Amino acid sequence: MKLQSRRVLATHNHQRNPPLDSAGGYAYFHAMTDHDHPHDHHHDHSELSETELRVRALESILTEKGYIDPAALDVLIETYESKVGPRNGAQVVARAWTDPAYRQRLLADATPAIGELGYAGRQGEHIVAVENTPALHNMVVCTLCSCYPWPVLGLPPVWYKSAPYRAKAVKDPRGVLADFGFELPAATKIRVWDSTAEIRYFVVPMRPEGTDGWSEDQLAALVTRDSMIGTGLPKRPDEVQNAGVKA
Amino acid sequence: MDGAHDMGGVSGFGPVRPEPDEPVFHAPWERRALAITLAMARPGGWNIDTSRFARENRPPADYLGMSYYQIWLAGLERLMQERNLVEADELAAGKALHPPKPVANILTAGDVAAMLHRGGPTERDVTKPALFAVGDRVRARTMHPPTHTRLPRYVRGHLGRIEAVRGVHVFPDSNAHGGGEDPQWLYTVSFNGAELWSDAPDPLLEVTVDAFEPYLEHA
Repeated sequence: MKLQSRRVLATHNHQRNPPLDSAGGYAYFHAMTDHDHPHDHHHDHSELSETELRVRALESILTEKGYIDPAALDVLIETYESKVGPRNGAQVVARAWTDPAYRQRLLADATPAIGELGYAGRQGEHIVAVENTPALHNMVVCTLCSCYPWPVLGLPPVWYKSAPYRAKAVKDPRGVLADFGFELPAATKIRVWDSTAEIRYFVVPMRPEGTDGWSEDQLAALVTRDSMIGTGLPKRPDEVQNAGVKA
Repeated sequence: MDGAHDMGGVSGFGPVRPEPDEPVFHAPWERRALAITLAMARPGGWNIDTSRFARENRPPADYLGMSYYQIWLAGLERLMQERNLVEADELAAGKALHPPKPVANILTAGDVAAMLHRGGPTERDVTKPALFAVGDRVRARTMHPPTHTRLPRYVRGHLGRIEAVRGVHVFPDSNAHGGGEDPQWLYTVSFNGAELWSDAPDPLLEVTVDAFEPYLEHA
């Protein structure tokens, strides 16, 4: 193992940010972006940070003591890296857009309605779906930590857990939307849901125009993760290649 | 506790920076940190409220200086040391130096799907009537416990309205500190932006929090 974390540290201190290690400590202030730090994501492949070494040591201690089964860790990682993610939520939204009875069930009691599609469990035990309309836009935040509806959206992105979002969403949500590059009409009311207990909120965005007759799968391709948090909008039909071609 | 984790309305952090095509994890160690944390809850025997307090209860500079999964790691190490599952000298040495402490149960690969599917529901049976109903005017209490709470600072002392009654749920303020679940009615309470922030940029802003009954009083 190459121990070059000190060099990485020295190389990558950023003048505007506090000196932190190569594991992305400053990500707590700012979500890492390719624009600012084009190489940060790749260092750990070739050089081991202090945190990488610490986690390896911890896993080996806990395995040796018989507290954890490394195979269980692999299953957990596989679950959240490739099985549970915003595609789940997109299917729920697409169903709500195409099936009025399902939409009613979803808005009345989201947890069983989401369960109908097979999505349930940890960090989604008590889900509430909130619907956007021309008059009302919903946005979800957790100012105290990182509460997020895992069964429908997967693990939260860095920006959702970051200090800027947690600080700004409840005071200046229009400023947050500007950070994401869009704005809403001034007459649209914004309601921000701060997830301070174990209720998990999930936004049902408005169905884009020009999608009449689209199938659920075609519609699901328009539903972005951010549109289900309330920091984005669904894609327009012209943003999805060939999606408008009816099967 | 009034800690650095309680960020609602704090100025100076700068803009939100979305990351296009963000990966689920940004380094291999983040995968293992997430999985170790989820897996250790079973032999460790702690609950989510205890875990949250272990993460947030640290000097603000430390909290703000760590990445998200570094905070998880710091919280996990604290929980394990408090229960003598792992000792400080072992963490320093990076290897086991003491015999394991007997644990009731560990998470095996075959258990993972069922454990995640079951999750940890917090709703409990109703044993007393709710003090508030939808539409009631309430005030969030001014309270500053040094212990875990889920009433964010930015709503304390402010007038709101009961938006929804969410049933009876495990009370984090008690559950985080070994006081048992002490289930309490949970409400979604809405606040006008102008009530919370005299200088709110958006006059139509409405913010809701989910507040346990002991956090509220009639207004």
